[in-house]
Amino acid sequence: MKLTGLFTDGRFVITSEAGPPKGVDTTQMLQDVDLLLNKVDAFNITDQQSSVMRLGPLAASHLLKQRGAEPIFQLTCRDRNRIALQSDLLSAHVMGVENILCLTGDYVSLGDHPDAKPVFDLDSISLIQTAKILSGGHDLAGNELQGSPDFCIGAVVSPGTDPVEPQIIKMENKIRAGAEFFQTQAIYDVEAFNQFMKQIDHLDVPVLGGIIMLKSAGMARFMNRNIAGVHVPEELISRMEGSKDRVATSIEIAAQLIKGIRETCQGVHIMALGWEKWVPDLLNAAGL
Amino acid sequence: MLVSEQKPLEEILHSLEGESAIFILGCHGCAEASHTGGEKEVLAMKSSLEHAGRTVSGWTVLDFLCQKALIKTGLQPFRGRIKKSDSLLVLCCGVGIQATAAAVDKVVHPGCNTLSMGGAQGEWRGSERCAECGECLLDYTGGICPITACTKSLVNGICGGMRDGRCEHEPEVRPCGWYLIYERLQKLGRVDRLRDMPGIRNHAKAEPPKALRSTTLWALEQEEQQTERTA
Repeated sequence: MKLTGLFTDGRFVITSEAGPPKGVDTTQMLQDVDLLLNKVDAFNITDQQSSVMRLGPLAASHLLKQRGAEPIFQLTCRDRNRIALQSDLLSAHVMGVENILCLTGDYVSLGDHPDAKPVFDLDSISLIQTAKILSGGHDLAGNELQGSPDFCIGAVVSPGTDPVEPQIIKMENKIRAGAEFFQTQAIYDVEAFNQFMKQIDHLDVPVLGGIIMLKSAGMARFMNRNIAGVHVPEELISRMEGSKDRVATSIEIAAQLIKGIRETCQGVHIMALGWEKWVPDLLNAAGL
Repeated sequence: MLVSEQKPLEEILHSLEGESAIFILGCHGCAEASHTGGEKEVLAMKSSLEHAGRTVSGWTVLDFLCQKALIKTGLQPFRGRIKKSDSLLVLCCGVGIQATAAAVDKVVHPGCNTLSMGGAQGEWRGSERCAECGECLLDYTGGICPITACTKSLVNGICGGMRDGRCEHEPEVRPCGWYLIYERLQKLGRVDRLRDMPGIRNHAKAEPPKALRSTTLWALEQEEQQTERTA
């Protein structure tokens, strides 16, 4: 099932995330997926998230497919050159993957193998172009394919970046390259996000607002210090700090954010980061 | 010695679109030796541009465009003409183009692709300025090289890792290259250039033929070996 098919009937689309394990024990990942199987539309399968080496997203996407869940296969350009990326796209199609998310990828120094050679042969935009070219029946060298893949191509944008103009121009370029839907970096400021959505009103493409559930005040401060484009306002941090029930407060905050952006965007992308079991409660609280 | 080749004339004309007065700048250093930016090539470029209906507001060939201070003094006599020009077309290596862009508050168009260092650095030390990628993009990035200024050498714009103008990798010492490019294009009123996507890079261009990558020393060594073999 292609994600773009869902937006066409005006539905508010919900995606979540499944993080492949460090190792080969997939029990936890699949349990988390089972919890949300009929509650979200699709799961992003992260690709060596934060440059930390793990089980690959292609194998994990395949496992999700077997379970009846819809994967969004993430690909970054950090670890593979254009030959490997094209090959993985062909493999993904053969395994029934219909949705992909094209990213540049974090730099290697952010993860657990800082001595690795960073690749970046392609980048987010040229990877989108590559997926489009493969769908057209050719590879990047112009050779004809024996049967061509067909993908719904997603991309990301970071609305909280200052200045935001280069982000918007890049988003426009991603659309020109072939991006069909967008997921955003985590949002904590409803007003700023809705302002951003107004700025991209001329772009006819569905946007899923990014929601990361806050687990503690410390986590919020950590993100403010270390994650580009994420800003948790002081007010939310103190709410978490003063809370007697962190889970309840986290759900309350995330639900308020979702309600606040619901009218301006076409869906949400919920990154639970281990709190998958609370996502059904969050969806409930957000009225989804 | 930085070995360069001239960009195809169509590419140069495309980058000069909408500009009525163009000042051509050549270099007596490596570009003259590469036959891409000496007096002869500057005059040939002048007549090609005029033949294509463009106005050349002036031209000169300076000693070492990789030396920012020399550019400033060398261009002093042409200040008035440059002021009246829309942009400069610079025929030299990527270092000289960036040094010119940093010295003059005008749009700077590269007329050459830099293929190889041929064994020696350019003169603008301090930081790496040209990676000899063979596909000069300085025209579209406001005279700041994305291959050397961006940690990931991205050619299609800013990534999600920029914070407060700094790179996600070593933020304390590295500015975000694409933030610098954006700032400069904004200053020049050319942010729209970011809408031109270079797309998929041709990495083969960064590996020029062996002869162009070799130093003079290497050529001499080859000659010696050849002589030894025949003897």
